Amino acid sequence: MPVQRMFFYWRLSIKIAKYISKYHEGVAAAVPSKTGLMIAIIDYNAGNITSVARALHSIGREFVITDDIKMLDAASHVIFPGVGAAGEAMAYLRQKKLDVWLQACFQSGKPLMGICLGTQIVLASSEENSTGCIGLVPGSTKRFPDDLAADGRALKIPHMGWNSVTFKRKHPVFEGLSPEAEFYFVHSYYPSPSDEAAVLGTTDYGITFCSVLAVKNLVAMQFHPEKSGRPGLQILKNFCAWRGR
Amino acid sequence: MISKRIIPCLDVRDGKLTKGIKFKGNVDIGDPVEVAREYYEQGADEIVFYDITASSDKRDIMIDVVRRVAETIFIPFSVGGGIRKLDDMRKVIGAGAEKVSVNSAAVRDPDIISQGARAFGSQCVVLGMDVKKVEVSRQTPSGYEIVIEGGRKFTGIDALLWAKEGERRGAGEICLNSIDADGMQNGYELNLTALISENVHIPVIASGGAGVPEHLADVLTAGKADAALIASMVHYRTYTIAQIKNYLRDQNIRTRMLW
Repeated sequence: MPVQRMFFYWRLSIKIAKYISKYHEGVAAAVPSKTGLMIAIIDYNAGNITSVARALHSIGREFVITDDIKMLDAASHVIFPGVGAAGEAMAYLRQKKLDVWLQACFQSGKPLMGICLGTQIVLASSEENSTGCIGLVPGSTKRFPDDLAADGRALKIPHMGWNSVTFKRKHPVFEGLSPEAEFYFVHSYYPSPSDEAAVLGTTDYGITFCSVLAVKNLVAMQFHPEKSGRPGLQILKNFCAWRGR
Repeated sequence: MISKRIIPCLDVRDGKLTKGIKFKGNVDIGDPVEVAREYYEQGADEIVFYDITASSDKRDIMIDVVRRVAETIFIPFSVGGGIRKLDDMRKVIGAGAEKVSVNSAAVRDPDIISQGARAFGSQCVVLGMDVKKVEVSRQTPSGYEIVIEGGRKFTGIDALLWAKEGERRGAGEICLNSIDADGMQNGYELNLTALISENVHIPVIASGGAGVPEHLADVLTAGKADAALIASMVHYRTYTIAQIKNYLRDQNIRTRMLW
């Protein structure tokens, strides 16, 4: 396609977006930017999601924070963050029909990233509040045992602080990370997918648990990339460049 | 396995650092955001801010500092000082702090711990404890007492019982400051730190007394602390965070070595 024509279509798409925005405020914000990327952060009342937004801002990516299905549909990439309890989060997602939307999003092949509680919720169920979850990946979220210990010393719960991840295979979203890199964790529950193939990375804390899972267009991690310094920002950058395959 | 955390602590009054911190050719920098950036780049695992602003009408300056810090560093940080009610916590967390620390307010009304934990999750609520060594008595069986107002006022509360109470109410972490050791640079109060850390199930940050890297090694091993707070030893550029971490690595104490 000639450059002039591409430019024409780009201008046209902006005009259409401006026109639509007169009728539906917000849609314009979700129209692909010059880079063709628009990252949507799902807003579902689960803790401090603005930190993910700040991290995206710092790496120069455009984003929108929303629970509006139209805007989520228009996004090129979706981030499903979250801090808090599974029960409350699921209730909100169901009320907004975002549970059904997330299943459709996963089927569509759009790159989808879960963080912390978001990662736990993509599994089928959670021990926390005995909650049924979204079930994109078979398995459950489990609580660390109370008698967690390493080298004869009792370990604290929550698992709070910096820890490393052992990757079982390569993945585009985790390219360019040093094996020495550490990531910031804060959680009392951990994801436990039933299919071993879903496990991309593991972390040791008294037990070895799945800290990163990856299935098709979904990547989900228990740690917080937005609070993990440069290696964390690298993961967000990689995700924004990923096509979900 | 989890790393021990090294956490610089910055005191802020009216939006400025209370002591000039020397960086870049020994020029004093009074901007907490700039200093937070320096420590972030030097490998701090987390940063603690204490707001010692006296007048309440200047509180919003701190909220602006928190917002700017959150846009600048991508590691967790907490804010303490002057947090009196749930709404104060909401403002600080809304501005981008990962955690909020309550100290005197929790002594006056312990319910603020439970309220904060319910509203934001335990991981957001740090119980700050200022502690002084006292005679063992029926009221203070551990021999350590909680003090408030910068150590001027004794509360009659036993430090160990208070730590357990804080955990029961939903605090996700304890920041334990020994008033006796604070500012002396003679080492952390190891007995106190080990006593508290071994008797709660939540992480304990040791504070007060760090002067040389050996002190950190002691408190992270014998003191059983999960993290160590540092101030003067890095503020005056006696040590960099990397130097401290290199020393700890040589002592087989694991810290985050890549940032």
